[in-house]
Formats: sequence, C-alpha cells, structure tokens
Amino acid sequence: MARFIGRRLLLSLVTLWLLATIVFIIANVLPNDVGRTILGPFAPQESVDALNEKLGTNRPILVRYVDQIRGVFTFDYGDSFVNGRPVLPQLADAIGRSAKLAGLALIITIPVAIMAGLYAARRRDRPVDRAIVLLGVTSSSIPEFVTGTILVVVVGVQLKLLPVLATPPRNADILTQFRFLLLPALSMAIVYFGYIARMTRAGTIEVLQADYTRTAAMKGLTTAQTMRRHVLRNALIPTVAVIAVQIGYLFGGIIAVEKIFNYNGMGQTMLSAAQRKDIPMLTAGVIIIGVVYMVATLIADLTIAWMNPRIRLDAER
Amino acid sequence: MTIETTLPPPAPAAPVNSALKVENLSLAYVVRGIPRPVLRGVSFEVRPGESYGLVGESGCGKSTTAYAAVRYLPRNALITGGRILVGGDDVTKMNDEQVRQFRMHHASMVYQDPGAALNPTTKIGPQVAEAFTVLGQSRRTAEESALKALKRVQIADPERVLQRYPHQLSGGMQQRIVIAIALASDPKLLVLDEPTTGLDATVEASVLDLVRKLQAETNAAVLLIAHNLGVIRTLCDRVGVMYAGKIVEEGNAAAVFESPQHPYTLGLLRSLPRHGVRKSQRELSTIPGNLPQIGTNLPTCVFVDRCQIATDLCRTVEPPIVDTGRGGWTRCHYRERLGELVEPAARVGQETVSGEQTLALSGVSKTFHQSGHDVPALVKVDLNLYDGETLGLVGESGSGKSTLAKTILGIESPDAGSSLELGDHSLAAQSAKRPTSDKRSIQMVFQNPDSALNRGWTARHILARSVHKLTGLKGKAMNERVDKLASDLRLTQRHLDLKPRQLSGGLKQRLAIARAFAGNPQIVVADEPTSALDVSVQAAILNLLSDLQIKSKTSYLLISHDLGVVRYLADRIAVMYLGRIMEIGASETVFHGPNHPYTEALLSAVPNVDGEVRQRILLEGDIPSPANPPSGCVFNTRCHRVIRGLCEVTEPPLVEVEPGHLMSCHIPLEELGRLQKLAAERRETLVTPPSPDTTTDVPAAVASEETPAPPSPPA
Amino acid sequence: MDLPATPSPLARVAPTTPGATSERTQARRETLKVLLRRPAFIIGCLVMIGWIITAILGQRITPYDPFNSFSGGHLPPGSGHLLGTDRLGRDVLSRVMVGSRDVLVVAPLAAIVGVVAGTLLGLVMGFYRGLIDDVLSRLVEAFLALPVILVALLTLVVLGSSPLVVVCVVGILFTPIVARTVRSAVLSERQLDYVTAAKLRGESGPFILTREIFPNVLGPTVVEMTVRFGYAIFTVATLSFLGVGIQPPSADWGLTVSEEYTNMISGVWWPTLFPALAIASTVVAVNLIADSLQSVLNE
Repeated sequence: MARFIGRRLLLSLVTLWLLATIVFIIANVLPNDVGRTILGPFAPQESVDALNEKLGTNRPILVRYVDQIRGVFTFDYGDSFVNGRPVLPQLADAIGRSAKLAGLALIITIPVAIMAGLYAARRRDRPVDRAIVLLGVTSSSIPEFVTGTILVVVVGVQLKLLPVLATPPRNADILTQFRFLLLPALSMAIVYFGYIARMTRAGTIEVLQADYTRTAAMKGLTTAQTMRRHVLRNALIPTVAVIAVQIGYLFGGIIAVEKIFNYNGMGQTMLSAAQRKDIPMLTAGVIIIGVVYMVATLIADLTIAWMNPRIRLDAER
Repeated sequence: MTIETTLPPPAPAAPVNSALKVENLSLAYVVRGIPRPVLRGVSFEVRPGESYGLVGESGCGKSTTAYAAVRYLPRNALITGGRILVGGDDVTKMNDEQVRQFRMHHASMVYQDPGAALNPTTKIGPQVAEAFTVLGQSRRTAEESALKALKRVQIADPERVLQRYPHQLSGGMQQRIVIAIALASDPKLLVLDEPTTGLDATVEASVLDLVRKLQAETNAAVLLIAHNLGVIRTLCDRVGVMYAGKIVEEGNAAAVFESPQHPYTLGLLRSLPRHGVRKSQRELSTIPGNLPQIGTNLPTCVFVDRCQIATDLCRTVEPPIVDTGRGGWTRCHYRERLGELVEPAARVGQETVSGEQTLALSGVSKTFHQSGHDVPALVKVDLNLYDGETLGLVGESGSGKSTLAKTILGIESPDAGSSLELGDHSLAAQSAKRPTSDKRSIQMVFQNPDSALNRGWTARHILARSVHKLTGLKGKAMNERVDKLASDLRLTQRHLDLKPRQLSGGLKQRLAIARAFAGNPQIVVADEPTSALDVSVQAAILNLLSDLQIKSKTSYLLISHDLGVVRYLADRIAVMYLGRIMEIGASETVFHGPNHPYTEALLSAVPNVDGEVRQRILLEGDIPSPANPPSGCVFNTRCHRVIRGLCEVTEPPLVEVEPGHLMSCHIPLEELGRLQKLAAERRETLVTPPSPDTTTDVPAAVASEETPAPPSPPA
Repeated sequence: MDLPATPSPLARVAPTTPGATSERTQARRETLKVLLRRPAFIIGCLVMIGWIITAILGQRITPYDPFNSFSGGHLPPGSGHLLGTDRLGRDVLSRVMVGSRDVLVVAPLAAIVGVVAGTLLGLVMGFYRGLIDDVLSRLVEAFLALPVILVALLTLVVLGSSPLVVVCVVGILFTPIVARTVRSAVLSERQLDYVTAAKLRGESGPFILTREIFPNVLGPTVVEMTVRFGYAIFTVATLSFLGVGIQPPSADWGLTVSEEYTNMISGVWWPTLFPALAIASTVVAVNLIADSLQSVLNE
C-alpha cells in the first residue's frame, strides 16, 4: 500500500508541475506584455515599463517560469499586483469561508443523492426511477447562479423563510451561520445531486445484475441483507470517484454563488482580483483549486483501493 | 469425516417421489410489450439422487428452464402456463418470502464463470460462512462449517483459502467454492448451468468428479445444463433434448446418445466428430437451416422446418409422445423412418499432405516482461509445417499455443535468436515489416467472429478490402475475386450486402474464413475457429475448412481445446505445456498411444460423448507459473509417472522416439507403452464405479491454489 | 474511398446495392423511431426549436423592441408588459425572447472546438498508447484539475473578453474531458480482433484509426457532443453572469441576471427570474436530448 501511495503522490507532483506550467503560460506567455494588459492600450509606454519593472514582469521569461514553479512547491504564490503583499495569506480566510460553504453543500447532497440513486436502481424503469433520473438530469444541468436566483426569489423574497445574503452577522452562533449558509449551499447541492445520484444508480444497477448478487439471493439472503453485504460496497466504488471530481468543480461553481449571495469567500476574492487584473491572485486561486482537486482524487483513489481488494493487492505487487 | 455422519438416511426407493417436476411449462419474454414465447410446454421430472441433463443448441430455452426452476428470471419473463413443483410446492405460485425460504433450504445453483459468481470485494471466508449464518448458525459455528465445506469440496489448505479474495484463486478453485456455497443447505435440487464451460479439460474433469461424488453423498437431484454433450454424458442418468422451447426426446442418457429416436437428436449427435472419425474418411453431418427466431409461431412439430423426413402430416398434426422403451420417449411421427437419414458418404483419395515443408521454426522463444519479471511464454520451440497439412496445437490454457500462433503471424515478435522460415526465406519478426507476399501467405481465422469482423463494414467491403490489400487487385478483377471467395464459402450475394450483426454466427465465421483466404494463403492459423459456435454449425465449418484445404492445399495451424475437432481435422498434433512442445507426431499415433504422460492425462480428462469407461488420470494442482517453471522436466510437478530423482533434475530433450513422433520424456516409448497397457487392463477389471465408501480413501485434497501470487525472483 | 462501391456488371444487379442503402437508412429510421417514443427527447427538442425560432425571428415577433426603453424603470408584470420591464424600462419578455441569440452561437462553437480537438486527441492517445499516451495522459490529467470557470476568468482578464476568446477558452477546457471519453472508447475497440486482422493484411495505423475504428466510436462521440453543448451553455451563461462572457448591450440571459440580481432583495424579481428560467429550460432541454441519445445508442 505504501508503494501505491508513493507512486500516486509522485504522479500528483508531476500533474501539479504541469498545471502550474499551463497557468504560467496563460498568465505570462499569452499576454506578452503584462504591464500593457493591466494599464490598457492607451497608457504611455513609460508607465507600462515602470509597472513591468515594479512587478518584475520584464525579467526573462525563463527566470519568471522557474520562479513561479519554485513558488508553487514552496507555497509562495507571489505578490499581489494590487497591494504588493504575498497573496497566500490574503487568500487564507476566504478559502476557509468557501470551504465551509462547499462542505455544507456536500454534506447536504451526498447522502440524499446516494439514497436517491439506490432507490431508483432498485425500482429500475418504474415511474419513481424515471422521476429520479429526470430530476437528476434537470438538477445537474442548471447552473448554480440560476438555481440560486430561483431560490432567492422563491424562498427568500416571496416566502421570506431564509436570509438572501450569505454572510452572517459577526460572532453568530453555529445555527445562525447555518441558516445564512443554507440557501447558497442548497443552490450548489442541487447541481451535484444529479451527478452523484445518476452515478450511484448506474453502479447499483450493474451490481444488481452481477452473478454474485444472484449467488447471494440463492443463499436465501433477504433483499436488505443482499444490498448491505454485497451490493453497496461494489456499487459505490464509481460514486466515490465522481464525488472527488465534483469537489473540484464545486469550487468552480462557488464563484457565481458567492456573487449572488454576496458571500466573502474565495469566489468574491477572485472576482475582485479579476476586476483589478491582479494576475498573481488569480493564478494562485487556480492552482489552489487545482490542488484541492488533486487531493480529492487522491483520497478517492485510496478509498477505492481500500474498497476494492483487487486494485489494492495489485498495487502492492 | 463428520459430513458422512450428518447425511440423511438414503432415500427409500420411493414411488414417483420427484425432487423437481416441471409440468407443461410455458414462458415468454415480453419485448416492447409483446410476449414472445421461449418455452412451449416443457415437462420433465428429476428424482432425488438423479442427474438430469438438458441439451440443445443456444437459444433452445434450456437455461431459461433452469432459471425458472429456481424462480430467478429476468423481469420481462412471463410464465404463461404450467407448474414447477419442488417437493410438492409450486415454485411459480410462491410469494417473495416463500421464494427466499425455498432458495435457502431446497434449491441451489452453480453457474458458468465462477469468477463472477463470487463477490470481488469480500474474502472467501465470510462469503462461504454467510451461507450457513443465513440458515441460523452462529457466526462461530458458521466459520467452522465454512472450513468443513471447503474440505468437502476437496480444497487444499482451506484455512488459507478462506482468507483470500476471489480473484486470487484459479477458476477451478472458484468453482469449487461456488459448489461449496450451493451445497451448504444440503438442497433437494441443485441446478448446474454450464458449470465447466471456460475451464480447462483437466479442471473440468475434476469438477465433474467432485459433483458426482457430492451428489452421491447428498442424494440431491441435479439439473444440468450444458452445451457440451460429453459433459452431459459423463454426469447424467437421463437427458432431455430441447429444441425451440420444447423437449423433443427424453430418455436414459446411454440410450439417447447411442440410439437417438428423434431426427434432431440424431442430427445433433452426428454433427459431432465422434469415434475418432477423420476428415479423410468422411464429411460431418450438418443440420440444414437455422433455429427459428424467438417468438415464432410453431403450432405443430417445432423441428419441422429443418427436418429432412418431414411430411405434410408433420406440418398439420402435432406429433404424439411415442414411447421408446426404458422410460424414454420421443415426439416424432416417423420414428421408424430415421434410417432414411444417412451420414455423408466416405471421402476417397483426398489426402492433401505433401512432403514440401512450408514453414520452419527453430529455437523460437518469446519472453514477456511483467512488472520487472521475465515470463517466458515460449521456450525454444522447433516446429515444421508441411504443404497441405493440418497441425493441431493442444494444451491447457497458458501453455503458449496462442503465443506461438501470434509469433508466427508476426503479432508478437520472438526473442532474439529465434528463426522463422517460410519456404526459402526467413520471416521478419513483425507483421508490419513483412512484404505483402508474406502477409498474404500467412493469415488467421479468429475464435470470435463478432470481434474479428468490423461491425461498421458490410461483408462485401470486408472481403474487398482484404482482396485489394493482399493481392493488389482492383475494380472488376477484385470484385470477381470477392464473388469467387463468397461462392467458395457458400455466401450469397445478399449476404455480402449485410453487416456482420445481420448474419448468423456460422455465416459470420464463414465470412471470416473467406477473408483469410483472400490472397490464396499458404498457411492459415485458426485459433479455436469453432468454439463460439453450436455443434451443428461447427460441423459445417469443419467441412468447409477441409474442402478448402483439398482445393487449395493450404496448411492449417489449428488451435483447439476440443480434442474431437483436432482429431477430425489434424494430420499431426503438437502438445504444448508451459511454452514447450512435449510431444509431436501424427494425429493417430498421438491419440492412440503410447503417448507422453501429459498427453495421456489430457486425453483421459476429456468428457466423452461415447461414454467409454475410463479411469481418469487426475493431474495434481494447476499449471505452475511460467515465470517460475519447475526444474528439470516442467511437467514433473503434476506427472503421474514421475521418476523421482531424475525428472525434477534433468529436462528431457525432445527426441524422435519413432519415425515422425517426437517426445520429451525420460521414460522410453516401450516402457510408456507397457505402463499404459497395464493401466488399460486395470481399468477393464474395474467395471463398477467406486462406491461412496471407497471415495473417502481418495486423497481429500487435489486442488491446490493457483499461482497468480508474485513470482519469486530467480535466485 | 479506395474501394469502388460500384457493383460488378455480372453478378450484382440493381436490387442489391439499393437494398444495402435502404437497410442503412432503415436502421437510422429505427433509431429515430425509438427516440421519438421518448417524451423527454420530444420535450427537449420542442424547447430547443422554440428558442432557436425566437432567436432567428427576433424583433419580428417580439411584442416590443427589446432594446428600447418604455418607462423610467421597473414595472411589474401585468397589462402592457406581460413580464414587466427592467431597470431601464425595457420589455422583459422581448428581451428574454432574443436573449438566446449570443449563447446559441457561442456555446455550440465552443462545444465543436472541444469535441473536435478532444476526439482527435483521444483517437491518437487510445490507438498509439505508449509514450505518446503517457505524456498526453499526464497533460490531460493536469487540464482536468483546472477549475473551468476560474481559468476562463483568468484567461479572459489576460486576453480581454471577446466571443472568440470565450469560444476558444471553453473549447480548450472541454478538450481533455472529451479526449478521455474517446480514448477509453478507442482502447476497448482496439482490443477487438478486427484491428489485428487489419494489421495482418498490412493496413497503416492512420487507415485503421480513421476507417476502421473511428466509425465505431462515432456513437459515443455524438453523445459527447450533445453533452458538451449543454455544458457549454452552462459555462457561457455563468461567465456572462460573472461579467466576462457576453458583453452589454446584449440581451443575453446570463448577462441580464448579473445586471438585475441585486434588485431581487427589494422585491424586483421579474427581470432576474425570467431570464434565469430561460437558461434553465435551455440547458435542461439539451441534457434531456443528450440523455435520450445516450440511452438509445447504448441499447
């Protein structure tokens, strides 16, 4: 198992390097004059040069590249173009707040989606199943900001059940925080419900048709026993992978949700960085979310290896 | 042994006490709202302690019958009539809880592909123990029962096996475990659906032996479904022959197989290469036509459209059940006219083999590299192929026969130092580096035509492209060649315009053969060319292959696990084991013996349709890992004639023991002949099968664990 | 085609070749028939056709000029303006009707870029394997780790926002996802014996890839195309909402939501809700079509 983890970690580092390179290319190679990009086409050349000098963007491209790659692996994501201070500490709080929101969305969606997927698979092709599949397709196709808008109008404005802004008052207790975060978390949870439910359903249907499920039924196990002992573990293996991938996407959708609900997290920070053309802030955001995605898939791979002895034992060889 | 003592007292010779009684069962699959009949009134019964076999070609409804008996049917299955009685209870009328109790106590099932029948994420121990906890045993007791159950199915080192996951065990071991689970409740009814399909003949033999022994112990009724008539003959007391959802003939196994009383049974049996018949003697019989499609309305005799002695009577009046004596019956109007069905006439003067050598391999080795280990798949193989001959290649899976074929074709490149010569020049290692003339000279027929034919192309396009690439012909000449090939393989113009999925299995394989012959090849490698086909279709393909050989003098390299097929088609036979040729010689010499101990064991393992009384030679254990082959003779670990102190030390060379017969064994040919004759005599004195008492003397453990475990690095 | 499809004058006369084509069209007709039995597919198609018609006809069928101001500000839905007016007094219904114009051009183009590039990449990765596959797979893995919206944000900041940039960015970010799907389809295809048979008669790699394998992975590719189209609408709408997608004065739905959503709190929900529902209906419609296609082609 140690070798498996080691190999997997090594591959993650390679991916991280490639990721940082892609981001570097977008941020430094595409606009070959960063100062001009920031100041716009009408600024005098002298101020562009001065800005490039100040930002260090007039150094040879290779030097900048090595600098950035080293930074990625040493947790130094450069200094903000706007205030000149390192970006990572400025991002830390925002990341924490976003993680809270994303975490709540996952906690809401995973159990519900898995239950729905299992239920649908057991009643395959019946009206309940068709309804869940349709709900899954619908919920996973509507963008978060659209769901958020609809939720705000219906639950917040018309029914006045929940606050329409996500930021709770200072020192609010956990229940109040939860109330404030519920609508934004719901609008994200709805999107992920579809993915997870559909994958669970597909995985369960496959396992229900497997010969070993028949073996279990022929032993005389009850349906509940068969599901618990033989179906669940095998059926959820693909779901684990999907959840991990979704965690990466979750942070992509969070930007729009934070904008709708005016929540001061990662997304808002990125949006204001975009307005001020604070490129290091944006690149740091991209890389950090990339790392979150990689860690999530790493954990998923390890979970899958733990769930499936075939992968685990092959890896040990 | 505790198992013996817990056995119920032997059932009294009770009158009409059936364990399973199927009465006039009709069943349909509902496809797009329309019920399509699959079973059209199936009736039979199986008594306690009896084995009943259902035979028939794919699509005849035999598996559906088996699954109906345990009420494990797909959701679109609809029982439209009849009853299934197990111990007096009607299975078709049970509610869910009753079905569960019924499966728990009274019925069990073993099926094809044991690897899929076990939960891949759970260890063997809990999976077996669960079959006992469900019966109400405590966890502790169940664990002990699981251990006993594994011992009962003769698994060596059961304690260790309980700790394993299914994928760490060989197919034979997995099937034993599935059997152990099935027998946990001492069921009244054991349904076996193709239990040995996909297993090697040697493993198949030991699994069949085990089933027979356990059946004698438990007095269970066995319902066996198998497409392999030899398996049915080996295990069953009575058989029912199914066709298009109906049993057309039933009777004592020996009677049905020796003197079939229905035209279909007769056709089925005659299409098998039996009694050592060879291609030079006569063609095989075939059954003209195809199985009617599912859902076709067949009001009278179900076989009428393919029957050669059918009359208007057969089309208007359903044939009655005709008693054939000894408890057998047939559904045919014209039982007395079966003699009109004659076998094909003898072939004369059509030997194709000439003395010209076409392919010569010498010192051909192939080593695969897997995660840092060298795995030799071929070790210094020397082989010649002559013009117009068929060389049969036999051996268990993993023996290297397919690797040898791939190496000849240039799909795998051999290790350095190997030499392949075609006629007067040497062959490049990779197919891509061979000139077109070499490519057209060596072509291949694959096992599975569904995989071998591009499903997006029409038959004509498939043939035309091969003709064009291999012969360079274009336009009219190319089309003429395509038409010629098609007519040689009895494909019509209509067939040529269809895509593979619109063709039947036999037609697809004919198309694949036509493609291989596109450029008039010298050599055609046929890897299990008929194993995906039903026997009547197989016969037609084998006939075609020998006709083509007579016409074109092509040499065949035939790989098959079916020794009947090999014996029919092959002029010479090479027996492979662990990447080495153990024996090679004229087909009759190798089959007749004296032969290599491995060949002897292989031949004895094959379940025979003719039911000859033989004593099986049990090969101990599975094939060793090629990564870590035994020292000395590689077969010494499983050989029943091993000479301790010699065989595990020195590897015997492959030497000519008589003209044209090469063997790699320390025992001289005369001595082998003497030993084998002795064994045959002993066999004859042993007329009755061993009684259950003596079976306990058989060493309890014959199956040991396979070795997918890490090969230990060479010291 | 190096193979002339013309029948030889001798054996093959008229009935055969037309027979083959009719068989093919018949198969296609079968697929369509099965599709048309699915209500989800029909609903999806109707909604899409509806939005396409309003986008094309535009001002000719809208009740008001979508870009003209009719009052000083927000008017609630009711007489005169069925869905009310927005903050600049423009008719919400008219704007919603023409709001699909930009996204229905940008999103399909982005999907096409992603699917074409991804298919090419996937074919090469799946067929040649070895070093090419290893290197490209790492790269694909790295691309998959990129958060689509955020990278689009970064790129559009760097390059400035224009529809072309949106198409390219979204297309490129979709490429690895498509490539992975196509690669796995090719991998299972190349294990089949017809590929070996092709090699044995001396076909070149490109021939096998384009003529033998590609037609057989077309099904999954078509499904992927539809799925990607749905995601492209999803992504472009989100980008427009974030202010880096479609730019004013377009009546684009995502853009409109971003311009109006702050007014929701004060009870002015209509200029936000209706374009939001329009987006939802479009994306759901596309996904219903994709889902039906997938299950029919898998049958």
